[in-house]
Amino acid sequence: MRRYLAKRVGTSLLTILGIVVVVFFIVRVVPGDAASLRAGPYANEERIQQISDQYGLSDPIPEQFVDYVSGFAQGDLGVSIRTNQPVLGELLDRLPASLELAVYSVLLATMIGVPLGILAAAKQGTWIDNLARVYAVMGSSMALFWLGLLLIFFFAFQLGWFPGPVGRLAVGTEAPPTLTGFYTIDGVLSGRFSVTWEALRYLALPVFTLGFALAAPILKMVRAAMIEALDSDFVRTAKAVGVSRTRMLYVDGFRNALIPVITTIGIVFGFMLGGNIIVEFLFSWPGVGRYAFDAISTRDLESLQGFVIMVGVLYVILNIVIDIAYALIDPRIRLGKAAAT
Amino acid sequence: MTTTLPDRETDFSAEEFDGAEEQSRGKQLLGLVRRKPLLVMGVTLLVLFAGLAIVGPFFVGDPLATDPANTFRSPSAEHWFGTDKFGRDVFARSVHAARLDLTIGITIALIAMVVGSIIGVMSGYFGGVTDEVIMRLTDVVLAFPGFVLALIIVAALEETTVNVIIAVSVAFVPYFIRLTRAQVLKERELEYVDGARLAGNSPWRVAFRHVLPNSLAPSVVGATLVTGFAVLTVAGLAFLSVGIQPPTAEWGVMVGEGAKDIITGEWWTSLFPGGMIVVAVMAFHFIGDEFGGEAMS
Repeated sequence: MRRYLAKRVGTSLLTILGIVVVVFFIVRVVPGDAASLRAGPYANEERIQQISDQYGLSDPIPEQFVDYVSGFAQGDLGVSIRTNQPVLGELLDRLPASLELAVYSVLLATMIGVPLGILAAAKQGTWIDNLARVYAVMGSSMALFWLGLLLIFFFAFQLGWFPGPVGRLAVGTEAPPTLTGFYTIDGVLSGRFSVTWEALRYLALPVFTLGFALAAPILKMVRAAMIEALDSDFVRTAKAVGVSRTRMLYVDGFRNALIPVITTIGIVFGFMLGGNIIVEFLFSWPGVGRYAFDAISTRDLESLQGFVIMVGVLYVILNIVIDIAYALIDPRIRLGKAAAT
Repeated sequence: MTTTLPDRETDFSAEEFDGAEEQSRGKQLLGLVRRKPLLVMGVTLLVLFAGLAIVGPFFVGDPLATDPANTFRSPSAEHWFGTDKFGRDVFARSVHAARLDLTIGITIALIAMVVGSIIGVMSGYFGGVTDEVIMRLTDVVLAFPGFVLALIIVAALEETTVNVIIAVSVAFVPYFIRLTRAQVLKERELEYVDGARLAGNSPWRVAFRHVLPNSLAPSVVGATLVTGFAVLTVAGLAFLSVGIQPPTAEWGVMVGEGAKDIITGEWWTSLFPGGMIVVAVMAFHFIGDEFGGEAMS
């Protein structure tokens, strides 16, 4: 187990280093003058020179690289050109908003994807199965900006059931004291239930936008894993000894389909960790995705670089956690056979 | 992967000898619809979109022609999808965009597939250090959502259509490396590979002339899915004003420009082009899904 752990963490550190290298070189080694690109189209010579000095952009690339990596190792992602604040701090401030959106979206996606996937597998080849597959294709083909707009148009502007896309709370509502960073939970913890209710109403449309699409990969995986599980010997035996169909589906079948399903949900959640730029932009959600959008529109490459590195690193860390959990559950993995990545 | 071919015409029943070929073909088609409804739907949609993209632009007006007297007209017989704030015909723009978006999507999928398969063969066939290095590199690239990776590449480069194509292709290359490599690992154990090697072919020749062509099937299926994802990515970037810029008639640009109109009630400028994106991408995904294409994020 210890050896497996060491190896897994070792390759992950290598991947993280790789992420830093790749992103650094994408951002630095581009044709054109790095300083004037960062300073924006309306900057004068002085400002360009200032940025060049501040960020060491006229140093040789290897020197810049060593600076950046040693900074990264100490938890420093550089300084934003737009706000002059440390990028890491700005990202951490905005992470809870993205995480709250991610958690509810993945929850909704699981609630749609798992039952539909089981149903599709149980009724394989029927019109119910086909309908579920059409939904899976539609979900993975969905342009989130379009679905979000559609929902905003109908449910916020036409029907007025949900608030418009202005962020996490209405303008003027005071945010609850930060305990978890999740407004819905902080509202309950501080006894301000009206804030929780409001936060839920503001979450509804972006969560539905994301949940609708994220349910697709979960549905597909549940369906495939269930079909395989239902095809195996133990299910045949269960059938033969007269286990009821419901029990067979939900207890014997689903339990054995669980590992690939959890992996898929983990991957889906992993990609949501970095927020979703399009949905956060559309709903003015003050998370890291929105931060990335602001960075792009102001050509703040330092912040954008920090954001991309954070997304990659969080994803790698989540994968280690998932793998370790499996190793704890499944001795075949920790004894070294299946660590095929 | 299971490949299910439509039933071959080996059943020379009396019916067919009666010269009822037309009828039997109709029946075959009906059978296909019943057995593979998603595939039929995908192919039908794809043919429609291909037609729209190829001949459509010749029948509609200029996508850039403004008409100050006719701004924000709602959909009508004259302007099927209405007009936008400059009085441009939304339908004409959507049809021209179909050509641009599908061309870009297919180009990206082809570039990513060619580059990915070449690297994948080297990784899988030669193994060893080459394989290890390539796999670690794909790990790195796959740690980012494709959209985010494409975004930072475009942001760092100049925002031209060609750069968007390059950026999005790079994001999808690891997917094809993995697909091809997995297939090559199975393929290289087969006897024909030993045969080719013993016949005195160089390792490179065996890898590229013998193993590669036999390992392409998963990538070809993957390419249909990637075409869809590429269209989504390009349009999504354009929606955020990254990459393809207004006034180009491109679906994502149109939705981005029209998003503001929704507040004032002019829904048609964004909802029509956005709907076309979704249906076009679905066409590719129906086909890829039917042939067992692997899901990817």
